[in-house]
Amino acid sequence: MSEPFLIGEKMTGGYGKGPDILHECTIAVEKGEIAVIVGPNGAGKSTAMKAVFGMLDMRGGSVRLDGEDITRLTPQARVAKGMAFVPQTSNIFTSLTVEENLEMGAFLRRDDIGETMEQVYGLFPILREKRHQAAGELSGGQRQQVAVGRALMTQPTLLMLDEPTAGVSPIVMDELFDRIIEVARTGISILMVEQNARQALAIADKGYVLVQGRNAYTGTGRELLDDPEVRKSFLGG
Amino acid sequence: MDFLNAIVAIANYVLIPGIAYGSQLALGALGVTMIYGILRFSNFAHGDTMAFGTMVTILFTWWFQSLGISIAPLPTALLALPFGIVFTALLLLGTDRAVYRFYREKRAAPVILVIVSMGVMFIMNGLVRFIIGPDEQRFADGARFLIRARDFKQWTGLSEGLAIRTSQAITVVTAVAVVALLFWFLMRTRTGKSMRAYSDNEDLALLSGINPERVVMYTWLIVAALATIAGVLYGLDKSFKPFTYFQLLLPIFASAVVGGLGNPIGAIAGGFVVAFSEVTITYAWKKVLVYLLPESLEPSGLAQLLSTDYKFAVSFALLIIVLLFKPTGLFKGKTV
Amino acid sequence: MTGMKVNWKNVALFALVAVLIIGTGFVQSWNTALYILNLGLISAIMAIGVNLQWGYAGLFNVGIMGLVAIGGLATVLTAMPPVKEAWAAGGLRMMLALATGAATIGGGILLYKRMRPGRRRTLALMVWLVGGFFLYRSLFDPAAEAIEAVNPASTGYLGGAALPVLLAWPLGGLMAAGVAWLIGKTALGLRSDYLAIATLGIAEIIVAVMKNEDWLDRGVKNVVGIPRPLPYEVDLQRDPGFVETASSLGLDPVTASTLYVKLGYGLMFTAVLVIVLVLAELALRSPWGRMMRAIRDNEVAAEAMGKDVVARHLQVFILGSAIVGMAGAMMTTLDGQLTPGTYQPLRYTFLIWVMVIVGGSGNNWGAILGGFLIWFLWVQVEPLGKMLMDVITAPLPDGALKAHLLESVAHMRLFTMGLILLLVLRFSPRGLIPEK
Repeated sequence: MSEPFLIGEKMTGGYGKGPDILHECTIAVEKGEIAVIVGPNGAGKSTAMKAVFGMLDMRGGSVRLDGEDITRLTPQARVAKGMAFVPQTSNIFTSLTVEENLEMGAFLRRDDIGETMEQVYGLFPILREKRHQAAGELSGGQRQQVAVGRALMTQPTLLMLDEPTAGVSPIVMDELFDRIIEVARTGISILMVEQNARQALAIADKGYVLVQGRNAYTGTGRELLDDPEVRKSFLGG
Repeated sequence: MDFLNAIVAIANYVLIPGIAYGSQLALGALGVTMIYGILRFSNFAHGDTMAFGTMVTILFTWWFQSLGISIAPLPTALLALPFGIVFTALLLLGTDRAVYRFYREKRAAPVILVIVSMGVMFIMNGLVRFIIGPDEQRFADGARFLIRARDFKQWTGLSEGLAIRTSQAITVVTAVAVVALLFWFLMRTRTGKSMRAYSDNEDLALLSGINPERVVMYTWLIVAALATIAGVLYGLDKSFKPFTYFQLLLPIFASAVVGGLGNPIGAIAGGFVVAFSEVTITYAWKKVLVYLLPESLEPSGLAQLLSTDYKFAVSFALLIIVLLFKPTGLFKGKTV
Repeated sequence: MTGMKVNWKNVALFALVAVLIIGTGFVQSWNTALYILNLGLISAIMAIGVNLQWGYAGLFNVGIMGLVAIGGLATVLTAMPPVKEAWAAGGLRMMLALATGAATIGGGILLYKRMRPGRRRTLALMVWLVGGFFLYRSLFDPAAEAIEAVNPASTGYLGGAALPVLLAWPLGGLMAAGVAWLIGKTALGLRSDYLAIATLGIAEIIVAVMKNEDWLDRGVKNVVGIPRPLPYEVDLQRDPGFVETASSLGLDPVTASTLYVKLGYGLMFTAVLVIVLVLAELALRSPWGRMMRAIRDNEVAAEAMGKDVVARHLQVFILGSAIVGMAGAMMTTLDGQLTPGTYQPLRYTFLIWVMVIVGGSGNNWGAILGGFLIWFLWVQVEPLGKMLMDVITAPLPDGALKAHLLESVAHMRLFTMGLILLLVLRFSPRGLIPEK
């Protein structure tokens, strides 16, 4: 099998001079597919994603995007390479309007951003309606849409989402997952950390179960959902 | 008639000076609030930055005057102003490079930056006094009045005169133009929006590819312009003295805090609130009351709430009231 | 410095200061040396006070000038004789006016606390405050006028309590503590910048009051001839015993008397410095001091552990301010006069900050060292700068530029102080004697 579009291979490291949180952890996403990282609290899910994005001090392993080694690049340089990251909290500019949030997402681009903005509005019609409102005034689910929309404005090849459904209602969560599938269909690879493991694995092409910073189980979303061990330990039976 | 006279007296002694002073404070407070919003500290050197910009402008004014260059009836200082801004911008960018950048990269606590700004204040203060001396300088030339009290009395037949000094008119016109330009820049241009984004959420701005050093550079450039303009307008309207400019720090901070630190609209509103409080509280109202009250009720004293020597107490009291009851200011400011 | 191991670097630093001051004695004059020493001692005490606030607790106080000035006012109120005619003219009325003012504010606070929030409270508060203000002014204005009319060229104020001047030192501390309590109650617990701005403001107001309220301290007309704790030079020169001792030491009576007085102050100030230092060090080592530093290093964690951060900050803020106020009273005692016009923030607020930061924040020995060293530089940079400028401008033709440069040299010390502050902050942020 050829090399995946993005791979963080055998990543080991922690924050600053602190202890290692990840131990030879491997995460990969194929082009246009959805990969989901799940696991118990404190398993290092978000840390694994931050490692991929260059926000961790890596002491071992490498990250490659489309065959290119990007292990040493800063997060900002990775943005320029086509990676977009949606943090779990403070992921929008609250005092800017929805439209300005999207514009800021496209800050690095010098070409016409109108088309991308249309795509985002097409994906999240409510944002078009509220485009002149301050993003901080929107509901939780709408804010997440702004956050994802902002990230999409860079026209990324890889979209990384850190618990996009944290704190939103189940209905909104389903809606958001539907949109994420739509995004993946346009050819954008998606790497996502999720608390709601069952629902997330249901839409995942690839699933990673982490325990204490190590790969515990890896497989397609379906496989993991069907795996009795995984079900017993992580999905509540 | 008496009623009209009272209105004219209020306009002459409270309204017009208040608007002019409020505009000057608003421009000063805008600078403080921009630094607070982007660089996240209260800049104690702001008064001395204003003094530096004004000093350079005065030096150019003198030079132009000696060359016989003039834009009468407007004051020559307006011609010298751009040079003042350029030199101040260079000074601020140099200071940022030599001093502030180090702490920014270290992500030092805001209070450390405040102390650092105190050191910068010392240096700027010394520099200004070294070059132009500690004494008062008057540099306003051109026509002194737009409307003279005597002419006004003749036109209207009122016993109370209304005078508008050129410096007051220039202050208001300039302030309106500068504020309009600033808001256009912040709300409409890509760079301006990126500055607001950076002020709002630094980490997300980095994720969006906004270059913090560029944002900081633009901030200093804008601050240089705002500080120099505020300083020159204040100097034209009153006079230039390094120590007075240092003391302006208090009403300027008060304006920024009253409006909500980090919020530009708040800075403008705060400037006028502080200015009008100061002017109304230190104005001797006898002149107005004489027109309004029957003779038997006329005040014996000046009817002045507070002596002008205590004008700082007004800014201070406002500051304390806002801190106690609404720490984020009238318009929601930010806390870092 | 304490403990078994001698820290030679620190000994050397203090030795350097000693050499600088003694050297001044030999090169310039012993009067200058003792002047530097005495104000160095006072500066060191002020620096300890500020260090208590900043070094122990991380509180940024930019109102030191106001506290120093309050101490100065305390000296006048303590030691000057009361002006009986002024008291007769308006003393009681003035007291009544001040009591009315206090009652207005106190009543306002009470109203605010007792009534339910709403329009009625706002209205009642406004009526109360405005009414109180006008009542206060109607009592205050005539009283002040009457007092100031009493022989304005020499008195025109109420005078003091004619108590021994040394009592002014603790009283100055007490008054400064009172002001600090007021500021602390308002601005502590808000973010650090606000405390800075609030203290900056209150200092300006205190000095404005002292400059303008002639009935209180003669304002810019100054109060001179404040009683001294030591004999006057002229009296010493008339004392045959003193003259004899002086001549046996090979000194002329005039020099000997000035040195005697200055040394006397030096000893008194040293005694105060030692007491303050011992108390500050004991406090630092006590559980209280450890807690204070724990709060400084991690306020959130300390708060989570149930520490009342704001109350602790208020304590240390008041203590530090009291020390500064006391030093202010000592300074005015040394001067023998109160000159409200000379209180400048650059000299009395920011210079003390430079002392603390250069010396080493968090370390009392550092504060003392910084106090002496920076004071020495403050005094000596000017003549040194002048010499330097003389050399630089020597090749210039006489004219406006040369005259300007020579004249402007006085302002170099602001520049130098700022530069020192920035260099220390950048390259040795823990100061010359770092915190242990």
